Amino acid sequence: MVGLLIDDISMRFDLPNAGHVQALKNVTLDIKSGELMSVLGPSGCGKTTLLNIVAGFLAPTEGQIHLNESRVTGPSPERGMVFQQGALFEWMSVRDNVSFGPDMKGMKRKESAERVEHLLDIVGLQDFKEKAVYELSGGMQQRVALARCLANEPDVILMDEPLGALDALTREKMQSLVLDLWKDTGKTIILITHSVEEALLLGERLLVMAPRPGRVHKEYRLPFADLGVGNDLREVKKHDDYAGTREEILAMIWNMEEEIMGRAEDNT
Amino acid sequence: MTGLLVLLLYTIAFFGTYLIASRLLKSYFQRTGFNKLKTVTFGDESAVTANRIASIVSIMTVFWLWVAFTNSVIPLPKLPGPFQGEVEFTYTVTLEDGSSDDATVSIVVYREDIQQTVDADGNPGRAPDASEVEAGDGFAKNDSTTVARYGFKVINVWSNDEVAKADGSVVTAINGQSIEPGERIQVPEGEIGLTDKGTPTFAPATGLRMARLYLPAPEIVWQRFINLMQDGYQGFTLWEHTYYSLYRVIVGFLLGALVGIPIGYAMGLTNWSRGWFDPIVEFMRPVPPLALIPLIIIWFGIDESGKIVLLFLAALWIMIIAARSGVSGVAISKVHAAYSLGASKWQILSRVIVPNSLPEIFTGARVAMGVCWGTVVAAELVAAEVGLGKMIVAASKFQLTDIVIVGIILIGVIGFLIDVGVRVLEKWLVPWKGRI
Repeated sequence: MVGLLIDDISMRFDLPNAGHVQALKNVTLDIKSGELMSVLGPSGCGKTTLLNIVAGFLAPTEGQIHLNESRVTGPSPERGMVFQQGALFEWMSVRDNVSFGPDMKGMKRKESAERVEHLLDIVGLQDFKEKAVYELSGGMQQRVALARCLANEPDVILMDEPLGALDALTREKMQSLVLDLWKDTGKTIILITHSVEEALLLGERLLVMAPRPGRVHKEYRLPFADLGVGNDLREVKKHDDYAGTREEILAMIWNMEEEIMGRAEDNT
Repeated sequence: MTGLLVLLLYTIAFFGTYLIASRLLKSYFQRTGFNKLKTVTFGDESAVTANRIASIVSIMTVFWLWVAFTNSVIPLPKLPGPFQGEVEFTYTVTLEDGSSDDATVSIVVYREDIQQTVDADGNPGRAPDASEVEAGDGFAKNDSTTVARYGFKVINVWSNDEVAKADGSVVTAINGQSIEPGERIQVPEGEIGLTDKGTPTFAPATGLRMARLYLPAPEIVWQRFINLMQDGYQGFTLWEHTYYSLYRVIVGFLLGALVGIPIGYAMGLTNWSRGWFDPIVEFMRPVPPLALIPLIIIWFGIDESGKIVLLFLAALWIMIIAARSGVSGVAISKVHAAYSLGASKWQILSRVIVPNSLPEIFTGARVAMGVCWGTVVAAELVAAEVGLGKMIVAASKFQLTDIVIVGIILIGVIGFLIDVGVRVLEKWLVPWKGRI
């Protein structure tokens, strides 16, 4: 079976005072190859933990992850990561950042050059390839991060709030870029976000998670990502179902937050 | 007292020059560029830049204070100086039978550093002879003597008198003013007194300037610097003294960095290393390198190896801690990103952790170089054959304060240059520091 299978994952963190936190409980997901899934939820719902488990940085206390039938036991280039910020290598030029993955595999610069140039073209950084990354704006830095991840030709791209630190306009442009990359490359993408709009626009499949214990609360299949490819995202937002779905999800998350607050107040 | 006066003058100079300069050079005191547009700047650190006029005036003030407190030839306002020249006073000797007689004492006050001066022919100066005086009449005869500035002279006025002190003759008045043993009389030229046993004394007025022994004038220090450049001191040229001190610092520091950085990385990367080295580092870190000097001398003697071991130890702990905090400063997302891109452990170390820790390493290197430079001078003060510290301490034993000051200025300038050098290297190797 091709795709990513998250099989009944649970994650329990033991606390020093003998208590524990159930970060994830019995999460099961079957993500097909080429699917674009966004994950949304209030803070503390375990979405970053889920991503770290899929990436292989954490081992779940129960359950297993399989990618294309082989079990995930640690980080690997087949599962690329894009972080929110600060994960670029400041001591390297834009080009060296992008060719980091091929370099690590021992690929000769000559062989990887074509791929790197192509990716720089796609993300629109051809003119900046010799620059140091700290000289770039936040949006450009995230373009480098995307290109760096793609240079390794991963099967799955895991994005941990990749656009969270960007301003609204840059963010919109980057959302279009992510959609285009998804369509062009056909990669499986899991994207974690705090923004309901982003989750709607960048989620062929949208997962709402709930906290305590972290679990899948509701799942949507949405048409917006397909509509958004190559189109103005502002037009997509005018779609009949868009506003309604957004309000529904917002209310859902609002209620979860209220519940957490209420519980916190009960405890005091 | 002198210290308070220096403080007072310095404070006056600080505020006074500000008031004067801010009125005379109004344009320079206005903020420039973007800061000009800011309406509030007090509390806005980014709007504060060093006023270079203040820097220049500050250095000039220190120089002026230096001149003002010495008998310098530099024509700047100076504090009242010591008395120099001839002075005369009369003393009255009274015998047991009540008869008394007056006589004068002529004193030549000469500069205290006369032997260190050179006349036009290149001969060293020497103390002047006492002036010839008429013996005068009566049983008390006129005397003459000499005394150096800042000096003190007990004058045996009976040496040429017809009466002896042992016969019960007593000095009862100075300049007609009656005086008891142990008392003093102030005159413009100094202080005349009687010892507890009744012998007249003279101390010329010192003014507020310092004698050459305490603070040589700038031109004397400069002259000494020129001499040292030409002739060296204690068998070594000034370059050799400087070279040996620098050589010890650089070799000691490099060894410390060579050993310390890998240990620091190991402490940041493995539990065993952190557990192993933690107690040693935490114990040795607060021990000042200077406290190790006696043990180092016992173990290694006073030759080069001992000093290099000392500087190695001075740099070692600093570099270990710098490298360790360099590792802990690597954002975990960078490490995770590198793993996801297929990097091996070795590649994580060489491609991510080492470059990412460079800013911390350089901060550590600057601190370590500073500590090493301070330690080498101190180590040379204790025991060395050659080196700037050795030069200073040898000169101080011969009371050659000018060499001491030359040495201190050189040590300061070289320490500053070392720091500038490390910073230039840092800017070149770690251009992203402070920009992320």
